[in-house]
Amino acid sequence: MYDFVTGPLLWLSLIIFFAGLIFRTVYYIKGLDTFLDRVTYGVNTAYGVKSAIKSVLHWIIPFGSRSWRVKPIFTILVFIFHIGLVITPIFLPAHNLILEERWGFRLPTISDTTADIMTIAVIVSALFLIIRRIALPEVRILTSAYDYLIMLITVAPFITGFISFHQISDYQFWVILHILCGEIMLIAIPFTKLSHIVLFFLSRIQIGMDFGIKRGGMKGGGKTW
Amino acid sequence: MPEGKFCNKKPINTEEELRELLSDTRGTTYYKEMEELDVDSDAIQATLQKTLKSRLKTWLEVCAHCGLCADSCFFYIANNRDPKQVPSYKIQSTLGEIVKKKGKVTNEFMRHVMDTAWGKCTCCNRCATYCPFGIDMGVMFSYLRGLCFTQGFIPWEMKIGSGMHRVYRAQMDITTEDWVDTCEWMAEEYEDDWPGIEIPVDKENADIIYTVNAREPKHYPEDLGEAAALFHLAGENWTVPSEGWEETSLAMFAGDWAGCKMQVESVYDAIDRLKPKRMVVTECGHAYRATVIEGPYWCGRKDGKPPVETLHYVEWVAEALRNGKIKIDPTKKIKEPVTYQDSCNYIRNAGLRKCAREIMSYIAEDFREMKPCGEHNFCCGGGGGMNGLGRYRDERNTGFKVKRDQILETGAMLVITPCHNCWDAVRDLEETYKVGIRWSFLKPLLLEMAIVPDHLKPKE
Repeated sequence: MYDFVTGPLLWLSLIIFFAGLIFRTVYYIKGLDTFLDRVTYGVNTAYGVKSAIKSVLHWIIPFGSRSWRVKPIFTILVFIFHIGLVITPIFLPAHNLILEERWGFRLPTISDTTADIMTIAVIVSALFLIIRRIALPEVRILTSAYDYLIMLITVAPFITGFISFHQISDYQFWVILHILCGEIMLIAIPFTKLSHIVLFFLSRIQIGMDFGIKRGGMKGGGKTW
Repeated sequence: MPEGKFCNKKPINTEEELRELLSDTRGTTYYKEMEELDVDSDAIQATLQKTLKSRLKTWLEVCAHCGLCADSCFFYIANNRDPKQVPSYKIQSTLGEIVKKKGKVTNEFMRHVMDTAWGKCTCCNRCATYCPFGIDMGVMFSYLRGLCFTQGFIPWEMKIGSGMHRVYRAQMDITTEDWVDTCEWMAEEYEDDWPGIEIPVDKENADIIYTVNAREPKHYPEDLGEAAALFHLAGENWTVPSEGWEETSLAMFAGDWAGCKMQVESVYDAIDRLKPKRMVVTECGHAYRATVIEGPYWCGRKDGKPPVETLHYVEWVAEALRNGKIKIDPTKKIKEPVTYQDSCNYIRNAGLRKCAREIMSYIAEDFREMKPCGEHNFCCGGGGGMNGLGRYRDERNTGFKVKRDQILETGAMLVITPCHNCWDAVRDLEETYKVGIRWSFLKPLLLEMAIVPDHLKPKE
């Protein structure tokens, strides 16, 4: 079982993940249309690029946009959650050990303690995001089972990873479950809302170009996020 | 009954149809017929497949359901934080459902869609500024209005508005003759105070072609006189076209994209005919948005720009004050606290925030910003056609609460509103809530404050 989930299944999920995201990116860009979107992407590109960079930067920096600033608690939760989600699996010592064994290279790593803290931070912030989803009427009305499923897919690798790393229970069982959960997440990303790992950037670039080219950027107004 | 006499899928194209529809007071029969109107699901699905591409599809799909858009929407705030007013909910439960069901929706559902698209959104695009993904629900509602238009599910006044543009190339029944007469009349009216004043019609190669909102010749012709006086004072070489003088677009509010194109083409044709160096648009927000920002795309212009450089009136005023073409008498500056209503269409959606501030620095001693302001300002409450829709009068008046409170918080009792919709909205909010505020376009204020050189003064 271990060989299967770390062998063919891992390959399959990595291929689906990368190919899926490349497909989403290409498909998105190909579907942009000057006249349907009413943005001259290809003519006034310089204005668009400048504004697109601003549009991304203001939103990937904590409190970089007014929207982040007016909801500080949510912003902190979102950033802790996302930083943990991205940093932990990529720079985890154990993952890089496997990477070195398999392919002979490794990335710089964070310490196990840092990884633990980030993992717990991901789980706790997810918990608060779920509570927020239930508690706030304006979020509750938007919520469906799908949102919880997505959250589960995202957080499951962290919970199972934490349990297996600390050998809290049957290691063999939890580590296989952890790998499976990770693979489910990789496969789910291109097909679900989780595709926002690329579509966030594409969408922000698009709206940045929209404001930069058409809605004021060329008048020197410059959109303030 | 699939198609009604008044309520049907066919746009108004003749004066006769227009008169008939107008005779159906308040759309009583029109809305009754709407209850029977068939939904052409195949046509909806075909349109979706052709026009719902990357951007809209992604917006509908990736929305994280985080609710950050809630507080960005003045309708949500004004309606005691009713979750049904959350922008994401409004669009997901309308356009989102239509897409999910591949256009197979009922008549009742389409009426709900109409009531949401026109009664719960002014397409102010503020939510786009607050969504982490940059999802612009204003753009989506505008798209949805387009879908509704093709199916005949549009408010009665919108059908009339779109028809007006199709028949008269203006939002009101003003013929070329009416317009030219009004220009002559106003030039005569202002001649006593401004000797030598002109409203030159169809002058070729002028520096400025000036275009207006049909309400000006129809209801406030003095606005045209004031514009002429200010151009005269600034020594501008200007003209108005006899045809293609109307900048506004109720067709845009209606989602009638073909009508939008017809209207804008009339203005661009005037530019091609008269070859002015620049165009100046009157104090109207959506007119500028329609003709300058969106219009080039409706007309298929590849550079996304109108045929000549175009200024909104506030840009022209800022320039005239900056260059000293209009000088303000310091003793006549506005002394009382005064605030400025940032129009969504030329501030948030066209980047003219700084022009507005520059003007205020010349004319006001105690300028108070609303909070928030600039690109973050709230819609006046009357945008997107809302002012003209009888069916949603209560919704609009409730929405006014946000703007009312914003204005009162500044402590200013005078609101400068260089946008027809904002001007109307602030007037109507005063009428509704009686808080004691006044409102004004820029033109009359500037005329009171400007220094008039002796050679332009009337000889006693």
